[in-house]
Amino acid sequence: MSGKIKRGKVVSYNKWGYIFLIPFVLVYIVFQLIPLVTTIYNSFFENYRQGLMQVGPNFIGFDNYKTVLTNGDMWVYAQNTFIMWILGFVPQIIVSLLLGAWFSDTRMRLKGTRFFKTVIYLPNLIMASAFSMLFFTLFSDGGPINSILMQTGILDSPYSFLSHAGSARGLVAFMNFIMWFGNTTILLMAGMMGIDTALFEAAEVDGATSTQVFFRITLPLLKPILIYVMITSLIGGLQMFDVPQILTNGTGDPMRSSMTLIMYLNKHLFSKNYGLAGALSVFLFIITAALSMLVYRFSNRKEA
Amino acid sequence: MANNSGQHLKKGMNIHVRRALAYVILAIISFLCLCWFYILVINATRSHADLQRGFTPIPSNFLAKNMNGVLHGTLPVFYGLMNSLIVSSLSAVLCTYFSSMTAYAIHAYDFRLKKFMFTFILMIMMIPTQVTALGFVQLVDKMGLMDTLIPLIVPAIAAPITFFYMKQYMESALPLAIVESARIDGAGEFKTFNTIVIPMMKPAIAVQAIFTFVSSWNNYFTPALILNSDKRKTLPILIAQLRSADFLKFDMGQVYVMVAFSILPVVVIYLLLSKFIVQGVAMGSVKG
Amino acid sequence: MKKKIMSTILVASTLVTVLTGCGGQTADGGKVSVSDGGKVLNIACWNEEFKSRVEDHYPGYQIVDATTGTIGDVTVKWNITPNENNAYQNKLDENLLNQASAAADDKIDIFLIEADYALKYVDTEYAVPVSALGITDADLANQYQYTKDVVTDSDGNIKGVSWQGCPGVLIYRRDIAKEVLGSDDPGTVQGYLSDWDKFSETAAKMQAAGYYMMSSANDSYRVYSNNVTSQWVVDGKINIDDNLMAWVEDSKAMVDAGQTNTYDLWSNDWSAGFFEDGKVFCYFGPAWFIDFSMSAGTEGAVATNGGWGAAEGPQGFFWGGTWICAANGTDNSSLVKDIILQMTTNKEIMTDIVVADNDFVNNKPSMEALASGEQKIKDESGKEVEYFSKVLGGQNPLPMFCAGAEKVDLSNQGAYDQGCNEEFQKAMKNYFDGNATLEAALELFYKAVEEKYPGLTH
Repeated sequence: MSGKIKRGKVVSYNKWGYIFLIPFVLVYIVFQLIPLVTTIYNSFFENYRQGLMQVGPNFIGFDNYKTVLTNGDMWVYAQNTFIMWILGFVPQIIVSLLLGAWFSDTRMRLKGTRFFKTVIYLPNLIMASAFSMLFFTLFSDGGPINSILMQTGILDSPYSFLSHAGSARGLVAFMNFIMWFGNTTILLMAGMMGIDTALFEAAEVDGATSTQVFFRITLPLLKPILIYVMITSLIGGLQMFDVPQILTNGTGDPMRSSMTLIMYLNKHLFSKNYGLAGALSVFLFIITAALSMLVYRFSNRKEA
Repeated sequence: MANNSGQHLKKGMNIHVRRALAYVILAIISFLCLCWFYILVINATRSHADLQRGFTPIPSNFLAKNMNGVLHGTLPVFYGLMNSLIVSSLSAVLCTYFSSMTAYAIHAYDFRLKKFMFTFILMIMMIPTQVTALGFVQLVDKMGLMDTLIPLIVPAIAAPITFFYMKQYMESALPLAIVESARIDGAGEFKTFNTIVIPMMKPAIAVQAIFTFVSSWNNYFTPALILNSDKRKTLPILIAQLRSADFLKFDMGQVYVMVAFSILPVVVIYLLLSKFIVQGVAMGSVKG
Repeated sequence: MKKKIMSTILVASTLVTVLTGCGGQTADGGKVSVSDGGKVLNIACWNEEFKSRVEDHYPGYQIVDATTGTIGDVTVKWNITPNENNAYQNKLDENLLNQASAAADDKIDIFLIEADYALKYVDTEYAVPVSALGITDADLANQYQYTKDVVTDSDGNIKGVSWQGCPGVLIYRRDIAKEVLGSDDPGTVQGYLSDWDKFSETAAKMQAAGYYMMSSANDSYRVYSNNVTSQWVVDGKINIDDNLMAWVEDSKAMVDAGQTNTYDLWSNDWSAGFFEDGKVFCYFGPAWFIDFSMSAGTEGAVATNGGWGAAEGPQGFFWGGTWICAANGTDNSSLVKDIILQMTTNKEIMTDIVVADNDFVNNKPSMEALASGEQKIKDESGKEVEYFSKVLGGQNPLPMFCAGAEKVDLSNQGAYDQGCNEEFQKAMKNYFDGNATLEAALELFYKAVEEKYPGLTH
């Protein structure tokens, strides 16, 4: 296995690296890069449909960017997106850590973990639209949640969940939590199983409690995977769309407090306002690219 | 000594308490995960007017009637099912195979653009579909591929997220020595990939195949932009069509039957392959 | 490496220029062109209502499968795109913009439109004046004026024809009327509801008795919005009519007083009042709403026991309706003409539709004959009786509908109505719910409309 021999061999095979990349690159360029470039190109034009009348495309330079930046809406919706993401992510990570710890803790000897591991994934299979429809019915004024709350005397009149900013955001976050915590749990569990059991045994010999083991050993060793989970979830959160869109019928009400960035983009795409939608897309692209670079740097550091 | 045994006792109780707590919480969580399926099935058994009255947990007896309404209505349910199956399974196959190939290119070879390509793919990994939707539709139109299934299937070949997962998985589960020995045995690169690499990737492929299948199965956004003739429509579009039926035919009972009907295949496939999911997700991420 | 990226982007962007260069163009300066001899008749629509009408009533229509049929040697193709998320309009727009270059068998021949966005198509050349097909004003003489107003373009051409009329009435609970107002007689009840002041006095009585006047503030929206004196958009500026502000004021007062709620139409909360245990005094609705939509036939529904009554209410309005338009470039013009005439003017077919589908058809003499009792229908035992509605406790609501249809005035219909109406109700819900001041809600409305129609300002 001397470097020289290996090098000689590898060189003759290296062209296969390019060959194997051809399908990806080709399809990427055609179906994603060209549309992306079209989008960017569009962002420099005034270009929209008024009824059936096409306005533009007229070149207007950076005007669309100025509009997006100056009307301030983008920041509000970015903030909404972030708040709803955090509201869903915090319980998600707590529950996932707890479940992961239980599933991987040999002392607990839980029965039926296979069943639980399978079950936590199931909500992900329901179409977001169908899921939102169910939530809408369950949390309506005359729905079962309100009637339970009233029967138990917690409320004396129905609470309109979707007419209050806090509860509307909360519902969106809760739905995201239900749909995604299974995924996170399995990722974290995998990380926990990767920790050397000798460490736990040593801790036990030293008389450490389970809580101490968790906070002193498990959590620090899990840090890399936690960061990975967090960043991928953040980027996923940035794309939040279906759930708030359908739950609030596209309005993001009350007063657009649950309107996300992609819902906002969708509004412009809907009215075929390609110029503004393009400019907004470019901002979104920059944010996502920056976050993706974070993922990259993070995974790179781990490899090193 | 006494002190010591007391501690032991306490610890033992502690475990019991914790175990009980764990079961309680797991029961609550399982309920939160499963009740939706129950509600869907219940709603599918109820009539439209019944549904208008709000929710009840007791099944009604309209299931057969609702199913009959859907099957003998004018919605091309059979085509919808076939199209969804075709799009989702081909997407899953293409996506996993070519993502493995792309990952293999980065993993197994050393070439000048390797680092650049890897960075590039990571950068584009999370661009939301909606960002490029506009250009995508224009392009599909110019290519004459409107109202065909091709634009819903072929783009699955370039799936950065699947690629990333495959690459992580290869790093933990595909030693290059195996590839080397295949070369010494005289196998061609392509043959090595197909006969040695792909079989070793099976768990990862199973996981990603299910993910791709599910997301493609539930996708409404892109198909709604591309498809319009009845024989091409996928199930989510048919559900949307059912929901915008005219006032004489608008029937939420049928909508729920359709929803339940379209979830069923995914659940079956998931349950069959859940073993791979639970293991596979673990393998791909252990060494992130 | 950088060079490589640059060159890729350059290649891609030249491609893009080529691609976007031939985007949509308006039909300004285009000519109306209709011809005959096409082998395929393409009909664009969003649901199966018109399809089932044609299947059931058009002479000579043969069903091939769910979305195809034949008339003589012409194949009829139904292109159904659901309304959800504007999908229907988007698809139709694409088809119409590409109409000129489409192959003969792919050209849209007929497309259907709803009142809310009728003008978007009516004021373009994508819809052919029906006179170009050879349909005369005399052919349409028996139709209700408002159904023609909706689809009349700025030059006075009629661009579409409808087979239905959808005048609305106020539908009230007889038992509640008896309890609170002392009588369930439509005439007496109407006395308590004949204008908005009386309406709000009655609302207070209802509340005192523990009932909601309406299920949602949105129930009365159409009644106000059909009676405006100015359009939504004047000279490119968004204009809020005084009558709509009156709706806001009246509704806010009612919501604050607890006399109604802010539910979305068709939500479970909204429809809870259809049932005996509901607490809603009245709904506003047209003929099609009364029967099926109000859960007639279900146990516990007020409609099942004939517990509703109909009164004219404070003002006339209409709700719904579908218009048939001939697409510019159609290659089946005679067939299109015949379908329009048969389905909207043939008196026999029209009466069939009333009997078979409970629709209120767009034919004044037919409807008036049924209203006055001149034309009888057969009841369950086969006896000839005057038209009556079981849901309305045996009342014949047709005179009211006929009168309502005459009163509907749509001269202030505009091309932006759908978007403006939707966004106005959505934005005002925030005000009604106490989540925003009136000013903030109006700002939100302007913002939402300008997002929808980028060319507008306020």
